[in-house]
This record gives sequence, structure tokens and C-alpha cells, in this order.
Amino acid sequence: MEKTNRTKLLIGLAVALFSLALPFVLEQCFSQYYVYLTVKIIIWSLFAVSFNLVLGYGGMMSFGHAAFYGTGAYTCALLLARASWPMPAALIAAPFAAAIVGLVIGYFSVRIKGIFYFAVLTLSCSQLVYIVVFKWRSLTLGDDGIQGIPVPSFISTLETYVYCYFFILIVSSLCIYILFKIVRSPFGLILRTIRDNPERATFIGVRISNYKLIAFAISAFFSGVAGALFVLLETSVSPDILKWSVSGEVLLMGLLGGMHVFLGPIIGAAIMVLLNSFVTSYTEYWGLFIGMTFVCIVLFFPEGVGGVVRAKWLACNQRKTF
Amino acid sequence: MAILETRGLKKSFGGVLAVAGIDLTVEKNQIVGVIGPNGAGKTTLFNLISGYYPSDEGEVFFKGNDITGWPPERIVSLGLGRSFQVTSLFPELSVWENVQGTVLFTRGKGLSLFSRATGQAKEETARILSQVELLEKKDELSGTLAAGDRKRLELGIVIATGADFLLLDEPTCGMSPVETSATVVLIRKIAEGMNLTVLFTEHKMDMVFEISSSITVMNFGSVIASGRPEEIRNNKIVQDIYFGE
Repeated sequence: MEKTNRTKLLIGLAVALFSLALPFVLEQCFSQYYVYLTVKIIIWSLFAVSFNLVLGYGGMMSFGHAAFYGTGAYTCALLLARASWPMPAALIAAPFAAAIVGLVIGYFSVRIKGIFYFAVLTLSCSQLVYIVVFKWRSLTLGDDGIQGIPVPSFISTLETYVYCYFFILIVSSLCIYILFKIVRSPFGLILRTIRDNPERATFIGVRISNYKLIAFAISAFFSGVAGALFVLLETSVSPDILKWSVSGEVLLMGLLGGMHVFLGPIIGAAIMVLLNSFVTSYTEYWGLFIGMTFVCIVLFFPEGVGGVVRAKWLACNQRKTF
Repeated sequence: MAILETRGLKKSFGGVLAVAGIDLTVEKNQIVGVIGPNGAGKTTLFNLISGYYPSDEGEVFFKGNDITGWPPERIVSLGLGRSFQVTSLFPELSVWENVQGTVLFTRGKGLSLFSRATGQAKEETARILSQVELLEKKDELSGTLAAGDRKRLELGIVIATGADFLLLDEPTCGMSPVETSATVVLIRKIAEGMNLTVLFTEHKMDMVFEISSSITVMNFGSVIASGRPEEIRNNKIVQDIYFGE
């Protein structure tokens, strides 16, 4: 037991040191662009882990999570740019707005039986949010998007992304830790029973739609945080953030990384962001590479990269025990 | 005192009358067996009682409440737990988690978001798993268990709901004769030890006659006989159904 705790402490320390040193190493050895990419990975990681509460733990194939990511981003952007709210207030309000949208979409979606219908309904609702933002020019500036969003200098400066990195790392880590606690809680366990066998869950007394709705709203809340962080990084936002392809990307991250492993979507986010960034510098057909990678992973590692890592880890531990 | 009562319960699928007006009374602490040939309507009757299907006509009373048309989760909260003919578990969860999740939910901890599930309800989970003789297999994935173990785990889940009325649909289905005898002993021991009432269906006649305090015989959706095991054994109509004239 003591040994396990010591190992955990050592791993924690190593991760903390790595996270602390990473932006400086990237800045010194490579360029600011790599720090920017790392921040992007962190934001997508939070989005993907939030999304996975619904997919991996709740068994709900949502195809409309861009709506919550986008709502978080637009709420934060509008409050900063139009209402001149202080940044912390905008950052807190954004996820609540996303959660409210999540509750509305979830209310209608969680009652639907069947993965296909659930996916189509969430996709339709998310497209509705996209159209509203796209057409409501007086508020959102339509397809021009909102540019030059005022972000405090302790987060965003023209010279460096390092401050932004630390701020977003801390907020995201905190959110991911809360999600981790939720997944391991009795609520998380009940959610997994619903995913595994809704009929049996009903016959132990669970009101499935209530639990699914709560999970959906929590997932929307943290997706909203990710959306707000995106605004702090980019200092701009456009309706593209609400496109169906964003919902598709976060779904792919979950599947690539492994939806049954808590940290799996983070691996998926890193793969997608890096592939997207590096392959586009060589060819415009980057989607082809993403597609091929996805097909290979589904064919050879159906549990995702995270699933393979976990299986190896468990096998290794078992060998040590015997 | 009747714990469960159905009055004129009817259900048809298309043109087929699966349950044709059943009046059934189950007294507290009884073990009641429902027998009948395939297609007699036993499982449909269970589905109507447990809220799986709405009935076309008739009423169901449980512990004095008219539960007709109630959703299953509401009926479960009154203390009615059921098992299925095709065993219904949470296959991606361990044996331990199957029972622990149910115990936590029954204790009203389902909406606890930030406490860690692992350390909770340990004693009760362990007690239930030892009752159904699965404590040694607690870390195995329930989806990988053998048929007999799966049935026993399902019984454990039903007990974990805190039910005092068990509706067991073919609890020894798919078991070997040895496993069947062991399960019969187990069900009787649990029912007597915990003062439970059991209503079950089964095709294995030896088991039904050994365990039941009362037997109801169904055919073509109707009850054709009801009484103590020896009365049913000597009933001419029942003999005709099972052995032919």
C-alpha cells in the first residue's frame, strides 16, 4: 500500500515538473508555435474528457457537443467584448450558459431510445445553435465572428503563450480532476450501469432519463469551460466553432484515445491536434491521413490507444504479482 | 396477508391473448411457483406485474398499493425485485461493482457526485456476495461468468435492491442438475433467512415441487389450477397438460 502511494506521489511529481518545464523547453528549443499547440491540446483534452462522460461512461453517442463548446466560447466572448465583464466573471458564466443549453438539448434527447436517433437529434439541435449564431448578426457579427476580444495581459500577450499555458493548464487540470472524481463516484458507477444494461438499471430502480440528463448537463458545463478557454487563447471566435465537424472531431478523439479509459481522450486529443497541425503543413489532404489513422486504430485497436496502454499496464502488473 | 394480488389481468400481442384475465394472490413469506407449458403466459404475467409491459385490462396490487401502470423503477422502490429469463447483468462491470452499484443506489447515494464509490457499502456488498456464493469471484467481469454464476449474481443484484418480494423468471435456466439443486437450496435459504416472498417460474418440475409452498398452473394465458404442491401433483387437469390424456 505504502509502495503504491509512493509510486503515485513520484508519478505526480514527475508530471508536475514536466508540465512546469514544458513551455520553457518548447520556447527555447523550438518556437512559440509549439507552446500554442500544447495549449490547444490541453483545451481539446478538457473538451474530449468532458464529452467522454457522455460517450464512454453514459453510453450516449452525442453528435452535438459543438453546441456546448461553442456556447461557452460565445458567452465568454460576448461578455468580454460586448458587456465588458471582468474575465473571471465571463469565465464562470460561460459554462453555466453551456449547461443550460445542455439541459434543454438533453431534456429532449435522453428520452430517445437508440444510438442513431440520439445522434441525429443532438446533431440537429447543435446545428440549430449554429444557425442562430450565424444569422444573429446584430449580436454575434455572424460569419465575421468576434475579433480582438480583450483578454487580460496576465493570460494573453503578443510576446508569449507561456502565461496562457499556465492559466489554461491550471483551469483544465482542475476541471479534469473534478470529472475524475465524478467518474469514480457512486453517480459514475450508476452511469456505467445504465451504459451497460439500461433495462437492468431500470429494474434496480434507476430513473435512467434523470441520470442521463445530469451527465449530459455536467458534460455540457465542462465543454463550456473548454470553449471559454479557447476564446482566451485565440482572442477571437467564429461560428466555425459550432460546426458539426467539431462534434465529429471530439467524438474521434474519444474513440482514438479509448473511451473506456479516463485519460484516453487526452491521448486522442493530442493525436488529432498534432496530426492536424503537422500533416496540413505537408499536404492539403490532411483529412485523408486522419481518416486512415482512424480506420487503422478502429481495426487494430478497437479499445483505442488508451485501451491498449491500459491492457499492457494490467498485464505487466499481473506478471509482477505471479 | 396478501402481499401481491392481480385482478383480471389481461394482455394481448396482436391477435394473441397472452394473459387472459389472471387473478393471482401471493401471501407474505410464501414461495409460489408458476408453471405451465411454453407460451402459457408466465413471463408475460411477470412482465405485467413488474411494470415491464402495461396491461390491457385488470389491476395489480402490491403491499396494498394499486401499482397498475406504474413504471418499473417506481415498483422496485416498493420492494419488488425481479430477475429475467435471459440473465440481465451489467456485463462490463465486475461482480463486485454489479452488487455495490445496486446497494449504493438503494441507499440513496446515486446522486453522490464527489465521494469515491470504491470504499462505500463494502460490508453489505460482501455480505450479499457471500450469500450468493460469489465473493471469491468478486473481481471478475460479470460478462465472463458461467451461466450458473450469472444467475446467482442476478439474484444478488435483486437482493441488493432491498426487495422483500422476489420475482424470479426461471432462476435455474441453463444450469446443470448439480447447480440446480444448489440454487434451490440457496433460494430457500435466502428466502427463509431474510423473510422474503418469492414468486417464480420454472420448467424443472422437481425443483418447483421441492421449493414451493404453493403452485399456480397456467395454460393459454389462464390459471387452470392453484394449490399446495401435493394438490397440484394429483390434479387431473394438470396431469393431462403435462403428460397428455
